Amino acid sequence: MSVEDELLELVRDIAAKEVVPRAVSYEQEGRFPREVFTLLGEAGLLGLPYPEEHGGGGLPYSTYLRVVEELAKAWLAVGLGVSVHTLSCFPTFAYGDLSRLPEMIGGSLLGAYCLSEPQSGSDAAALTTRAAADSGGYVVDGVKAWTTHGGVADFYTLMARTPAGVSCFHVPAGLEGLSFGPAERKMGLRSSPTAQVRFDSVRLAHDALIGAEGQGMRIALAALDGGRLGIAACAVGVAQAAFDAAAGYARERKQFGSRIVDHQGLAFILADMATAIAAARALYRDAAALRDAGRPYGTRAAMAKLFATDTCMRVTTDAVQVLGGYGYVEDFPVERYMREAKVLQIVEGTNQIQRLVIGRAIAKADPM
Amino acid sequence: MNIVVCVKQVPDTATERKLRSDDKTLDRDAVDGVINELDEYAVEEALRLKEAHGGEVTVLTMGPAKAADTIRKALAMGADKAVHLVDDALAGSDALSTSYALAQALGRVGFDVVVLGSESTDARTGVLAAMLAERLGVPQLSQARKVEVNGSAVTIERVTDYGYDRVEASLPAVVSVVEKINEPRYPSFKGIMAAKKKPVETLGAADLEADAGQLGLAGAWSEVVDFAVAPPRAAGTVVKDEGDGGAKAAEFLASKKFI
Repeated sequence: MSVEDELLELVRDIAAKEVVPRAVSYEQEGRFPREVFTLLGEAGLLGLPYPEEHGGGGLPYSTYLRVVEELAKAWLAVGLGVSVHTLSCFPTFAYGDLSRLPEMIGGSLLGAYCLSEPQSGSDAAALTTRAAADSGGYVVDGVKAWTTHGGVADFYTLMARTPAGVSCFHVPAGLEGLSFGPAERKMGLRSSPTAQVRFDSVRLAHDALIGAEGQGMRIALAALDGGRLGIAACAVGVAQAAFDAAAGYARERKQFGSRIVDHQGLAFILADMATAIAAARALYRDAAALRDAGRPYGTRAAMAKLFATDTCMRVTTDAVQVLGGYGYVEDFPVERYMREAKVLQIVEGTNQIQRLVIGRAIAKADPM
Repeated sequence: MNIVVCVKQVPDTATERKLRSDDKTLDRDAVDGVINELDEYAVEEALRLKEAHGGEVTVLTMGPAKAADTIRKALAMGADKAVHLVDDALAGSDALSTSYALAQALGRVGFDVVVLGSESTDARTGVLAAMLAERLGVPQLSQARKVEVNGSAVTIERVTDYGYDRVEASLPAVVSVVEKINEPRYPSFKGIMAAKKKPVETLGAADLEADAGQLGLAGAWSEVVDFAVAPPRAAGTVVKDEGDGGAKAAEFLASKKFI
């Protein structure tokens, strides 16, 4: 077996024994599975795409994404949590103080990423949170919105306005003046806390700055390119879980004297689902291969995020249809998948923003 | 302390398992092999003994080439090195010939304590620990739910029908464990990477300095004469309650001598 196969076997083992058994009850209770992330950290799965010399797994992004897909297939809150954590570490890896990275990706810490604000979502550059210069460093005031792991993370990667423009900061949890809103009551993904992060005169040292002042938007967007691939992998995982449930049901359920999978009208739905999932997976792997080869991949990542999450929405909706009434009730998992799918069309840039990114690349005749 | 943990690759219990039609032994090619579940507990206990007392954990397995996957799993969990007993001459071994081959290998490898799962999910004879101890001339401590080593003595809590016995023996010894003993760790990604570099010694039948007539199918004392697929479960008996349901239920239980 290759290292990748052995790694995926480990991930499937953990998914089956530790992740799947918790998903239903935790989602119902809106309970965050911190202990699962602790276990993933101990297994070395919270820094896979970062170099070994900084404490990471030294693996290609394509392998890391397969891990994210497997985890999201078991439970989106976990797959997406790993993706968000990995995204939150990227600015420090690419632009920041590398001596900080081993602890961040070492497994005991969990990260969060603070870009959106109540009034600035797709128009991220309109953010108003300020980091004012101060004798010892910076003083931050403002409110961040929709922060995954808000209130449970150990560090926050923050974009805030400085005189030179938007800048990126590393903010450890526990600083005075840092507080959190209540967890949002979401349609799905309820066990992954999403909350406002409030900065009330939070003092940061000079070395909290990641990269240079004014470099923040570039850093934020570079991080999002990778984050979009994480979301694409999550979408494929959720879609695969929905397909597996629907196909399994269609092979057992009998109507009019035969299995419903043997009715052509239903088999065609499943055939379209399977085809779209395969295409979405191929697209995110293709984008990851570009990234692993050190080539520009942002447009392809936007395509992968767009296609995979739209696919996930359609596939999970069809999975509910395949199960009929059983699909609409909580005794079967597919209604949960459908509720989870929706958020993936919104996060890490709405799918309209992905089209904008792709459209701009077309206008500039950038390589696709 | 020189700790040897015996592991076995068995067919995944989640898949359909088959016997070969020619020699009526398990068809190992037709199924996915996984580490025998109880052996994971044995590996965990071996690692804990090492963590508490120092020394080295050696994995010992007998099986076809693909059993190397099971060795790597144990190495990824943290064992230091491995010995893989692999030879066509060993195929078809029953418990007696397996214990002979493993004992010969253990004589060569050396040990203070041998740890193994108390049975495997394929043949389920559950006798290997006893046979190994007998062949090696050392005490056997079986069905352990707790193991403690103190100097040259090893003490276990042996699970029984009525509770547990405390059993003590001097080292070297053979200890078999049950699933109550611990919670096996997951390998880590770094463990998987490290396992690639750990030494695995491959031994063939010739290396065992064994009597060839006692090895493999030829040396097996038991023989599978015939086998059949288990019949599908029959439908149960439905008793309609017409006021006498209780009496009928009691009658049924009495007929089966439950009451």
